[in-house]
Amino acid sequence: MDKPKIKMHLELFASLMRLLPPGTSRHKREIKVPQGTSVQDVIDEYNIPLELAHIVLVNGVFVCEDRSAHILEADDVLSIWPPVAGG
Amino acid sequence: MSWTRNVLRVNLTEGTCTPEPLNMEWATKYLGQRGLATKYLVEETDPNVDPLSPENLFIMATGPLTGTMASTGGRYSVITKSPLTGAIACSNSGGFIGNEFKNAGWDMIIFEGKSPTPVYLYIENDLTELRAADDLWGKSAWEADEMLHEKHQDPNLKIAVVGRPAEEGCLYSAVINDLHRAAGRSGVGTVMASKNLKAVAVRGTKGVKGINDPKAFFEAVNDGKQVLAENAVTGEGLPAYGTQVLMNVINGVGGLPARNMRDVGFEGAENISGEAMHEPRASDGKPNLTTNGACFGCTIACGRISTVDKTHFSVKDKPQYHGASGGLEYEAAWSLGADTGVDDIDALTYVNFVCNEDGLDPISFGCTVAAAMELFEDGKMTTEDTDGIELRFGSAEALVASIEAVAAGTHFGKILGLGSKRMCEKYGAPELSMSVKGQEFPAYDPRGIQGIGLAYATSNRGACHLRGYTIASEILGIPVKTEQTESDGKPELVKAFQDATALVDSAGICVFTTFAWGMENIAPQIDAACEGDWSVDKCLEAGERIWNMERQYNNAAGFTSDDDTLPKRLLKEAIKSGPTKGQVNRLGEMLPIYYEVRGWTPDGVPTAETLERLSLA
Repeated sequence: MDKPKIKMHLELFASLMRLLPPGTSRHKREIKVPQGTSVQDVIDEYNIPLELAHIVLVNGVFVCEDRSAHILEADDVLSIWPPVAGG
Repeated sequence: MSWTRNVLRVNLTEGTCTPEPLNMEWATKYLGQRGLATKYLVEETDPNVDPLSPENLFIMATGPLTGTMASTGGRYSVITKSPLTGAIACSNSGGFIGNEFKNAGWDMIIFEGKSPTPVYLYIENDLTELRAADDLWGKSAWEADEMLHEKHQDPNLKIAVVGRPAEEGCLYSAVINDLHRAAGRSGVGTVMASKNLKAVAVRGTKGVKGINDPKAFFEAVNDGKQVLAENAVTGEGLPAYGTQVLMNVINGVGGLPARNMRDVGFEGAENISGEAMHEPRASDGKPNLTTNGACFGCTIACGRISTVDKTHFSVKDKPQYHGASGGLEYEAAWSLGADTGVDDIDALTYVNFVCNEDGLDPISFGCTVAAAMELFEDGKMTTEDTDGIELRFGSAEALVASIEAVAAGTHFGKILGLGSKRMCEKYGAPELSMSVKGQEFPAYDPRGIQGIGLAYATSNRGACHLRGYTIASEILGIPVKTEQTESDGKPELVKAFQDATALVDSAGICVFTTFAWGMENIAPQIDAACEGDWSVDKCLEAGERIWNMERQYNNAAGFTSDDDTLPKRLLKEAIKSGPTKGQVNRLGEMLPIYYEVRGWTPDGVPTAETLERLSLA
């Protein structure tokens, strides 16, 4: 039996915006993922190259350690940027 | 031509232009631009000089890599004592004029005294003359630029010029070059205008020569360019989105101050972001961003060239603003936008245009408007003060009216021209000025990002991100990621960034190269271009020497460790919501360690041992 799904939000910014499905408003999309889905699972699902998943936040907090171990919860906001800088 | 070895000394009081040899003993210790010109300032002025008096010096200086084939090698800086802060001022600009100075054969131009009447300096290689500028006085920077080009009938003439607010004493006036590049911070334009010097117009055709080891230089420069091209930030991110890509990042991590830093997190951030600049608008289907642009010799090209929606209220009756011009950079978009609560990208772009047109630092201007908005909402400032403007957070109309007031020098414009520190003191609420040493903050909240708070507090020119950009590490993971809310290790990080930046700012290249380059990429370029030993260690030592020299100048000018602080709001008022909720800046933990790491006394004074080590004794 399929795992129950949770609703969460995926935000892809800058050059990663092109990986969002057509019709996405700006950089944010509500997605449904099976319970137990990790940050890395979403990165893989959306074909985000590893080297371009540079800044990865869940609810504004960096996920710097093992992204496969970070399990997403309902209403989480996963935000991802490629390497960027400014100033 | 690493160093041309020529300095032009301009005595504005006497009306003379006199060449003199560059002090090469100093050049081998302080390199050029920021470091070397500061050495001249330190040696030739009293640190207690009134910044707007004839006794202050105003120096335009290039670095040894300016005008060479090194990537971004087109920078120049303005060095003087700041009227905004009373501290050392060094404002760095790109564009094309730095290269032109170098091609005309000058490492730096030292202005002393004050002209009895308005003048501009005309340089055509060895021809150097002060000429009457009565017709330019009272004109905007853009008008004066156009008049000078017309007068000299030379489209290749490069011009640095001040606008009307500088003439009127606005304390955060910039020196504009190439229409939309600026030596922007600390009121260096105000000093220039105080000397009755309206503009510098320069044409140089001597070419580049004198590289110490051309073959090694060619190799080091090519290697450096390859690193920039292959790096995801300098090769892709900055050209596509510019510095403005940070708007959503910094908001996302809980580091974006809003509404005079009363809040952290701005609900309108995505409307004024780098991504938003790419979105087609309803009126004409065109995006805000027209193209990216590059300064002289730059292989990054982060600059923004933008247009305002012609139907927008700010420009619909002003066709002179319908063309493309210098667009929003992150710091300006933050100060004009998030800090005032305005998320109207066309209003921000227009205001940014006017800052360029009339020579204003958009960071200090935006922050001063934000402070005035808080004074207004608190009832401490009224419509009598604002000439009728309903100065409320979030009002694009109020923001637009405010820039026009400063540009025109109205009653309210002059109040805003004081800068936030003096203005808030005038209205009995000094705590509402978000500044350090009198200079307004850039776009990162020191509560949500600890190291940048220490960098602001200890910056030699007052609050500034470009004196030690720890955001690179604390947020962007360059060169390594450090925890943004952690204070441990930040004193060491701040010192490392400050010293390296001081060296880069003295070389003639852009600090943005350091998103890809380490000192191991930079030092070989300097070492090949210049005589002397410019190994990585020597470069870092020179950077530290320059930092300590600036600190000594400020100490002699009356600054103490009490001035190495942050506004109470940032030390006491915790962030109310978002991922950094509950944070205040822990400066008290970091500052003593920073002094120790620097080899300074607990009072922030370089010890005799430190001065000896850095050959500053």
